[in-house]
Amino acid sequence: MPEVTEHIVKSFEQELNRLRTLITEMGGLVESEVAMACEAVLDRDDAVAGKVVETDPQVDALEYQIQQFVIRLLALRQPMAQDLRLIVACLRITGDLERIGDYAANVAKRSLVLNQYSLPFPLTGLANMGRLVQQNLKLVIDAIGDSDADAAVEVWRSDDKIDEIYNALFRELITYMMEDPRNITPCTHLLFIAKNLERVGDHATNIAETLYYAIKGEALTGARPKGDTSAYAVVRPRE
Amino acid sequence: MPMSQTVTPSSSGLVVPPAGQAEDAVHIAIRNLEFFYGGNRALKSITVDMLRRQVTALIGPSGCGKSTLLRVLNRMYDLYPNQRATGEVLMDGENIIAPGLDLNQLRSRIGMVFQKPTPFPMSIGDNIAFGVKLHEKLSRSALDERIEWSLTRAALWDEVKDRLGGSAMGLSGGQQQRLCIARTIATRPEVILLDEPTSALDPISTLKIEELIDELKHEFTIAIVTHNMQQAGRCADRVALFYLGELVEVGTATQMFTAPREKRTQEYITGRFG
Repeated sequence: MPEVTEHIVKSFEQELNRLRTLITEMGGLVESEVAMACEAVLDRDDAVAGKVVETDPQVDALEYQIQQFVIRLLALRQPMAQDLRLIVACLRITGDLERIGDYAANVAKRSLVLNQYSLPFPLTGLANMGRLVQQNLKLVIDAIGDSDADAAVEVWRSDDKIDEIYNALFRELITYMMEDPRNITPCTHLLFIAKNLERVGDHATNIAETLYYAIKGEALTGARPKGDTSAYAVVRPRE
Repeated sequence: MPMSQTVTPSSSGLVVPPAGQAEDAVHIAIRNLEFFYGGNRALKSITVDMLRRQVTALIGPSGCGKSTLLRVLNRMYDLYPNQRATGEVLMDGENIIAPGLDLNQLRSRIGMVFQKPTPFPMSIGDNIAFGVKLHEKLSRSALDERIEWSLTRAALWDEVKDRLGGSAMGLSGGQQQRLCIARTIATRPEVILLDEPTSALDPISTLKIEELIDELKHEFTIAIVTHNMQQAGRCADRVALFYLGELVEVGTATQMFTAPREKRTQEYITGRFG
């Protein structure tokens, strides 16, 4: 049994490498979009917010390019086993990345409104949440490049923490709104921003699941911890 | 090499496929099968099951033993000196590689179709009737019915019904291959062996044969050797990969082509060796 791991058809190998490169390029772009969106909110920086909005069309264009490339590979190469799983995974991941880009752009747009208000409370919770989301996103995008199933499991498991912070933040922001109606506009935007970041975390988890299947050929077992309980949150006014 | 294994004379009567048995019941159980071309061991301790009324695809690079296995299943190797098999091939419990077995009867139960269409140089109708007449004494009308039944099952009836007296050699390659399949099923075997049945055919004829395999598996147990991985994926319920005379892995077609367990399977079906 020869120890050959490359394809007999070299051009197919090159195409698979090209696909990996395109996905990591798109992942890198989306990572920087999320980082800039968080910066725009936390540093109250309109210029950075503008950059995120400018970047988003590039992400959309890459998504289209990857989709076309995948369709071509499926039609011409009829891939099997791990190749098939990788190619289909890339098609799914590109969709998740595009959604993450959209959420980042939405955060950036809301930051432009938010920056017009003075905030009488710190954004510590949001900063924590943004940092965790970015960590997970980076980890999962690196995992794509390294075909690292263990990293995918780590991302999949750690989404819980993001949800916990989101739930706490949800209650905190409602409290600020009850304390002073002038907080309602900025806090509503902050709620949406937090929700967008929480969704980014969920898409990173989706990517981790897809990647795990692509590498291992089996699904990540067990129900994913779904920690967003804000749908049931009740906050009562202080006596 | 004989034109078809189903046309050898036999004193046996019609063999009707056993009905009413579980679909996933083992039809042919191969146990520790070894095969030798002289001193060359071409199959090494093969143990695998073929399930009743399911399609089992045998895949693997050239020289891996998959065609040898087909040749064992209908004892074709008996026609050649210095070729022998050891172990057991149990068809419904009966060891079909045991000495003393009535080979003509066996070959009426296990039909075979080859890579290149091999119609007899006679009329289309006679191609079908030839084998049937060797096994059974049918009235003219019963024979005509059998010819129509076989050609209909082989999806050829509509194309040839008005020219049954015409030469089979005038048919296209795809039609000739379907005629060979009709000829094989005319003696109503239990098992059909297909050795790369579409490798000499155009894409449309190939699809017609694949459609035919889908139909035929409701009545027959089928083993197909193919080099076309997509074809194996489309046609087969179960797939077995052979390499250098060994059975590497066997599993459902879905499992084998989406998530094979063995590294050698992964590398072969993705085009990394072979």
